[in-house]
Parts: sequence; structure tokens; C-alpha cells
Amino acid sequence: MAENEIEIRGLRKSFGENEVLRGIDLDVARGEVVCVIGPSGSGKSTLLRCVNLLEEPSAGRIFVGGTEVTDLDVDIDAVRRRIGMVFQQFNLFPHVTVTENLTLPQRRVLKRGRAGAASVARENLERVGLADKAGAYPAQLSGGQQQRVAIARALAMNPEVMLFDEPTSALDPELVGEVLAVMRMLAAEGMTMMVVTHEMSFAREVADRVVFMDEGAIVEQGPAEQVVGSPRHERTRNFLNRILDPAAAEDPGSTAAGNGHASSGSGKESGSGSGRETG
Amino acid sequence: MTSRLTRRQRRRVSQGIQYAVFVAAVVLIAALADWDRLQNQFAQKDLASELFPDIITIALRNTVVYTLSGFAFGLVLGMVVALMRLSSVAPYRWVASVYIELFRGLPALLIFIFVGVAVPLAFPGTEIPGGVYGKVALGLGLVAAAYMAETIRAGIQAVPKGQMEAARSLGFSHARAMVSVIIPQAFRIVIPPLTNELVLLFKDSSLVLFLGVTLSERELTKFGRDLASQTANSTPILVAGLCYLLVTIPLSLVVRRLEARTEKAR
Ligand SMILES: Nc1ncnc2c1ncn2[C@@H]1O[C@H](COP(=O)(O)OP(=O)(O)O)[C@@H](O)[C@H]1O
Ligand SMILES: [Mg+2]
Repeated sequence: MAENEIEIRGLRKSFGENEVLRGIDLDVARGEVVCVIGPSGSGKSTLLRCVNLLEEPSAGRIFVGGTEVTDLDVDIDAVRRRIGMVFQQFNLFPHVTVTENLTLPQRRVLKRGRAGAASVARENLERVGLADKAGAYPAQLSGGQQQRVAIARALAMNPEVMLFDEPTSALDPELVGEVLAVMRMLAAEGMTMMVVTHEMSFAREVADRVVFMDEGAIVEQGPAEQVVGSPRHERTRNFLNRILDPAAAEDPGSTAAGNGHASSGSGKESGSGSGRETG
Repeated sequence: MTSRLTRRQRRRVSQGIQYAVFVAAVVLIAALADWDRLQNQFAQKDLASELFPDIITIALRNTVVYTLSGFAFGLVLGMVVALMRLSSVAPYRWVASVYIELFRGLPALLIFIFVGVAVPLAFPGTEIPGGVYGKVALGLGLVAAAYMAETIRAGIQAVPKGQMEAARSLGFSHARAMVSVIIPQAFRIVIPPLTNELVLLFKDSSLVLFLGVTLSERELTKFGRDLASQTANSTPILVAGLCYLLVTIPLSLVVRRLEARTEKAR
């Protein structure tokens, strides 16, 4: 792993008194797909947003493609051009068409000519299977289509890294698959990706590494079959139980007893988890 | 013992009373007003026809020109003030706030007098370009900008935060994201209130009266007043009023439709 696309060293982030990231060290190699999982509020989004400086780190250093993002003298707009980001809420520009969503950033930021930008836009819309929606407005598309356009918009800037923050969490279940398919294709093409997700099947299938975060720290990380299949840490197991079988959540009324249950129950669950893995 | 009435009965009684009051008021006004004198004073057909075409080709045209130039200047200035109000540089925010409070708090008439008197005094030798047209654009624009700045600021803040984040993550600078992404969306939101402002300006353009205008620079109110005193009859005032309504009522209807549309789009 000589070539790390992303290097994060001692990253801390506080919002006022609230310390959200408590010393994160993480490397992502070129072409690697890292899935970040963890309970809500554990700091996954903040971690991702620190990488392209949508949030300013309180301490620590971050390198992307060898450039220090956290260097105060760095041209942050130039760095961000190399990092594509996909949001939970798509964030397409609603006032312009699908094609213009792809051409506007190319023309304004990369200064590409009209024809060049249009052909890159067409290419990337084809990649995500939406060439026929080129003239539509975002509001006319389904959530899954909007998210695929958002991915195409990021790709049109030729990024070296793609960050995904729960890209399928705002989608109706039947639309999740089409977005994951596009991400799978990107991974297969060798894109470096950091993906915050609750889609464990995607993590198992696509991720080179899964990172489990809780309370602003990395609790454990490793190959998907290990972290998702047979997690070492109690907190990881509890989290996975909740994700994989939401209906089995413990009774909120009996916390003390519930904890006992959870630990004995989680043994069973991880057993069934590995069963699922072989199946 | 009125509480014995059912709800339906009570509603009928209440509506009956309201209609009765309305009819009584209309009848009273109709009976008391001296219609012959009113008609004599306000609705002389031959006098009214003499007003044409000047009332349209000069007066209404000038009203429109004054309004549009004031609106254009106000829009540009209002945009600047709105951006200052949202600036991360504190002195800009202070200046913008002071400007907004000042010009919203003063009567437009006072500002017109100020523009007519104080500006030539403060900058001797300099003429406001465009003569009266320039002064009107300045006077109306200064007032309009204060209101429009607040409207535009609200519009900008109504654009979801994710839009700026998406633009920044694509490599847009803050300024470029504002121009290409945020402001175009904000303008959609503020078109109805800005059109409303246009209606207000259309009426406020009558304050040109206080700047001293030549015959060819008269707008509707001044024109109507002048001719009323020349003819010792108020018919020109009535016709001038109708000319205002000719523009303001359709504009108000447009605003209502735009508002209904944005309401639906939410
Ligand atoms: N802009 C912000 N201002 C204040 N607190 C924030 C902000 N963004 C996130 N937080 C807090 O940081 C914590 C972690 O948030 P987040 O990174 O979004 O978690 P996750 O994505 O894992 O759900 C939460 O407690 C949240 O309230
Ligand atoms: Mg999140």
C-alpha cells in the first residue's frame, strides 16, 4: 500500500463542547473501497465532510492524493475538484436540467467549452443509464434516478476519489438497487471510494475494508467478512444486530435486563450472520 | 335566551345582520351623496376625452419609465445590500442593517426631498445623470432597495443548505456558487414579493411631484392635478386614478397567480 489516496492523521472535530471525532487515523489506498458503518450520530458524515473540508477539522491532518487538505495555504477549490461527493439528499440543482447539472460545474469550475462539457455529460449519463433523461428537470425524476444523476455529475469532474454519504438512505427500498449497481460498477472500474452506508450486503460484496465507528472513534476495521461476518467487538455486534434485524430491537423499557439479553442474543445473531454469509 | 338557537340558525342570523349593515351603508351613501355635483366635478365626458392622448403618451408613459428605472436601480442596490447583510465581514452586515432600517423607517417623500435638495448641496457641481429621470431612479431605488434587500436575503436563506454544499464539493468558489446556483434559485422564490414591490413603486412614483418637473416630464398624478387646477374640475384626477388601476390591478393578479404557483411547488 505505497500509494494512499487518502491519509487521515489524528483527526479531531468538535462542534462547540461536543467532540464528534476523537482522533481518527485512517488510510484509503488508491482503488480501494472502504465502507464506513456505525450508529447514527457516531460521526460518519462529519468524517467524510472533513475529507473535502465541508467541515473544518479542529485538529489533525488530512492528505488527498498527496496534497494536504488541512494546509491553510492550499487551494481548497482545486483540491475539491479531485474529490467527488454524493449526498443522502442528492442535492441536484433543481433550477436547471439534468444535462445542465452536469455541464454547469464543468464549464464554471473546469472552464471546459460548451461542446466538450456536453459530450462529457452525455458520456456520464450513459454510464449511469440515464441518457434518455438528459432534458428532464430533477423534480421529474425518481429518487433513484436523481441520485444516479448526482453520481454522474460528480464523475463528470473526473475525480480521483468519490465520497458517498448514505447515498441510498433517502430512497424507497425498490430504488436502492439501481444506485448500488452504479456504485458497484465504479468500484469495479477501480475508483477509490469512501462509502458511509447501512447496506450490509453492499459492504460485504464490494468493500475491500469495512470500518466500524462509534462515538467519534474507529472501533474496529478489517475485511468485510470479518467486521460484518464475525465482529470482534461487542459494540459492533450490537450495532449489526440492530441493522440486520430491526424488528428484534430490545424492549426500551428494560435496559438493564436488555443488556444481558443483548450479549447472549448477539452470540446467536452472529451465528446466524455467518450462516447468511455461507448462504 | 338566544343560546337556544341551533348552530345553523345562529349562522343565518349572523349573516343576515352582516348583509343588512352592508345594504344600509350603501343606501345611506347613495342617498346622502350629491350625485349631480359629483358627476359634474369628477365625470365630465368632454373634459375626460380632452385628456387623451397626452395622459397615456406622456403621463402614463413617464410613470412607467420612472417606476422601471427606480425598480432596476433598487434591484441592483437591494441585491448588494442583501449580500452585505449575509456577509461574514461584520462591518458589511452593520452597514446593510443600518441602511435597511433607515430607508424602511423614513417616509419615501422625505427621501425624495433629500435627493432633490441635499444631494446637489453635498456634491456641488455634480449633476445626477439623467436629470429628473436619474433623480427619480435614485429616490425610488433607495427606498425600494431597502425592502428588496430584506426580500432577497430571505430568498437566499430559503435555498436549502445542501445546494451550497453540493456546489462547493464540486469545486465552485463561494462567490461562483452564489452566482450560478444560489441566486438563480433565490430569485424564483422572490419573484412574487418583488412584483408586489413593483406595484408599490408604481404608486410611489407620484412623489416625483416634489422634485419639480417640466411639462414633458409629468407623470400621472402631477398631470392629473395640473389639469384639474387648469380646468377647475376634478375629472382629470379620476381619469389618472383609473390609469393607475389599469396597471396595478393586472399586476396584483399576476402576483396572486405566482404566489399560488410557488405554493403548489412546495
Ligand atoms: N454542523 C453541526 N453543528 C453542530 N453539531 C453537529 C453538526 N454536524 C453534526 N453535528 C453533531 O455531530 C454528531 C455526529 O454527527 P454526524 O457526523 O452527522 O453523524 P452520523 O453521520 O454518523 O450520523 C451528532 O451528534 C451531530 O449532532
Ligand atoms: Mg450521517
